[in-house]
Amino acid sequence: MSDCHSCAGCGVAAAPPPASKTATRPHIVAIIGPPNSGKSTLFNRLTGLRQKVANFPGVTVEQRVGKAKMNNHREVILVDLPGVYSLNPRSEDEQVTRDVLKGEMNGIPKPDAVLLILDSTNLGRHLVLAAPILALKLPTLVILNMADDLRSRGGQVDTAELASELGAPVALVSASKGDGVEKVFQFMAGTSAGTTSLAAPKIELPVLQDVPRCRQWAQRVGVGAAYQAPTPPLWTRRLDAIFLHPVFGVLIFAGVVAGVFQTIFRGARPLMDGLQALIQISGHWIGNVLPDGIIRSLLVEGVWNGVGSVIVFLPQILLLFLFIGILEDSGYLSRAALIADRTMAKFGLQGKSFIPLLSAYACAVPAIMSTRTIESKRDRLATILIAPFMTCSARLPVYFLIIAAFIKDRPFLGPFFGTQAAALLGLYILGFLAAIITARLLKSSVLKSERTPFMLEMPPYRMPTLRSLGLRLYDRSKVFLHRAGTVILTCAVVLWVLAHVPLQNGKPPEISNSYAGMIGHAVEPVIKPLGFNWKIGIGLVSSIFARETIVATFGTIYGIEGDEHSAGLQQAMQNELTPGGAFALLIFFAFAMQCISTIAVVRRETGGWKWPAVQFAYMTVVAYICALIANVAVRAGLFT
Amino acid sequence: MVLYGDAWPKLQLAEPELDVLKKKRNTGSTMQLSVNNATNGRKAPISPQTLAQLREGESGTLDRLELPEDVARRLMELGFLPGHEVVPARSAPGGEPRVYQVDGSEVALRRETAKRLILRPPAARSRKS
Repeated sequence: MSDCHSCAGCGVAAAPPPASKTATRPHIVAIIGPPNSGKSTLFNRLTGLRQKVANFPGVTVEQRVGKAKMNNHREVILVDLPGVYSLNPRSEDEQVTRDVLKGEMNGIPKPDAVLLILDSTNLGRHLVLAAPILALKLPTLVILNMADDLRSRGGQVDTAELASELGAPVALVSASKGDGVEKVFQFMAGTSAGTTSLAAPKIELPVLQDVPRCRQWAQRVGVGAAYQAPTPPLWTRRLDAIFLHPVFGVLIFAGVVAGVFQTIFRGARPLMDGLQALIQISGHWIGNVLPDGIIRSLLVEGVWNGVGSVIVFLPQILLLFLFIGILEDSGYLSRAALIADRTMAKFGLQGKSFIPLLSAYACAVPAIMSTRTIESKRDRLATILIAPFMTCSARLPVYFLIIAAFIKDRPFLGPFFGTQAAALLGLYILGFLAAIITARLLKSSVLKSERTPFMLEMPPYRMPTLRSLGLRLYDRSKVFLHRAGTVILTCAVVLWVLAHVPLQNGKPPEISNSYAGMIGHAVEPVIKPLGFNWKIGIGLVSSIFARETIVATFGTIYGIEGDEHSAGLQQAMQNELTPGGAFALLIFFAFAMQCISTIAVVRRETGGWKWPAVQFAYMTVVAYICALIANVAVRAGLFT
Repeated sequence: MVLYGDAWPKLQLAEPELDVLKKKRNTGSTMQLSVNNATNGRKAPISPQTLAQLREGESGTLDRLELPEDVARRLMELGFLPGHEVVPARSAPGGEPRVYQVDGSEVALRRETAKRLILRPPAARSRKS
């Protein structure tokens, strides 16, 4: 208790320490709070880089688990639960939150303590969640976040009084600035030593299922704690007047999108060139160190060229995620969703589908998992089926390679928006169109249902913090490099082997006569109408596992052939593909479902092979037909 | 269809009841009614009947939510509770969806949802407060 004096209300919570049970297993603390309460910011603040993202066992709700180091060198396991408004189990998120807190989730022991995080600038509404949480009778610290906003906008709250009203300690913090976070550590130190427990709340808890009563209870608690709501956020109003302006709002929306794509292409160039040089130099270095022979060939041509040709795209992908992070953390993304809703509604989709579709720009797998928040089964299935059309980051290496090789960068719309950026943006739009047109087809036929209402909370605008942006990029790099080190690496090695057998007179064959070459030749008749030769065929076959593998495959093939080595992959592509073929390849990648992980997650989420099979067939047919049209159109000179 | 009503936010009131039994016509006919009201004199200015009829910046007090229970619950969790004041703010370019200021936060709704949120008539409001 002695280290707990600055934490208002701990005095009330004094109780005889229960026997310590922490010796046997780590101390587990759950973080819970409504959406937009700053839960993730606090979680990041407490754990830093000692965190990982996984799924709750058996369900697909994402869980983040991290470790926080206490002053006494003890470690506490923090579990970040989904943001919820109540514990009434209606969506999967709420079910998971409830099960974890009640200790009914397999594989996760019942938490020893709870950090309930609420937005202090909107305490009246956020306190509603305190009722079901306190009813659990776990040691709970009520954290009032955004203390800086509360103060600067003239709000007030008596934390000591609130603590006695609730019968739980209360801490006023600013998770983004780090103010008051030491109180959270003190609380966790207290609970892990078993010295904190819960007092009875002064105001009796309401009937939990009754929302009006819970809100009424929260009101009384707020009044008791002399809570003074802050004045409305002026800056948010002013910014909304600009960002939601009937004319400027749309222009800014378009400008933001164009700016993002332009910067990805131009801004990442120096970084990419640097990385490329580094990979080449290190490849030569390894080549010089190793004795000439089969091992050197495998390492340099198979692994280094293969995996390296994918890793080069890391800067561009990180730049994209930096932008998405800024848009999301600043609160602009909600406004973008608002602007997009009318369009979404026309295609039978609803606001809730928008967020999974946006995150599908990163990767379809987490996007498909996040559709669990959609209550309507039909809407959810529709969203799952169209998500892989969104331009995920695995497509980017292919796009970057082909666009850079075939499209000269010239000013397009003014000097700041070039043709390459326009081409990339065009491919994004193409994927989006394919998604919504498919949605329209599904929603007007097999998945017809009534429209479900759109409700979206608009968070106030905030300045994104470097810390949170840094963590996002760190996370993304880990995922990208992990894929490069597993799926891509395996494919590169397998491909290298296939390109080196069967041996002819004890020597590796010409690539055309190898097994890889045979596979390429076997598919050539099918893909010839699209303008692809057998080498592109090898790449296409390998990319069934993961899209970016095609780039690794090209890297390996041309690494083996050697002659184009110094000139780079771009030149190799220019030799292998006609402009029509290049265009067709882009179109094919925009539409085809080449991703083994996506197929697996769709099977799991829809409970069988039917939907992933339909989806794979549909997307492949669309991709083939559109690529065919693209190739024929270019050859007929439609675009010259 | 479940309707949530009336007895909010009287803090001291012990029994906020859910008006489960109160069934209302759809908004189309309610609008018709208000036009008729305007012609018979005393209540000359037409008072908005649903949230969708409020103009930007004009405040109204919620009376009930004519929506299926799960939707109504979610809206109530977001602050759309009977007795709470709602003020329409900006809308997306094109007029839809619109942002509403309610219970300390801002929530965007489509018009089709907003017109199922029925307002308390001003007379009833002044009588109650």
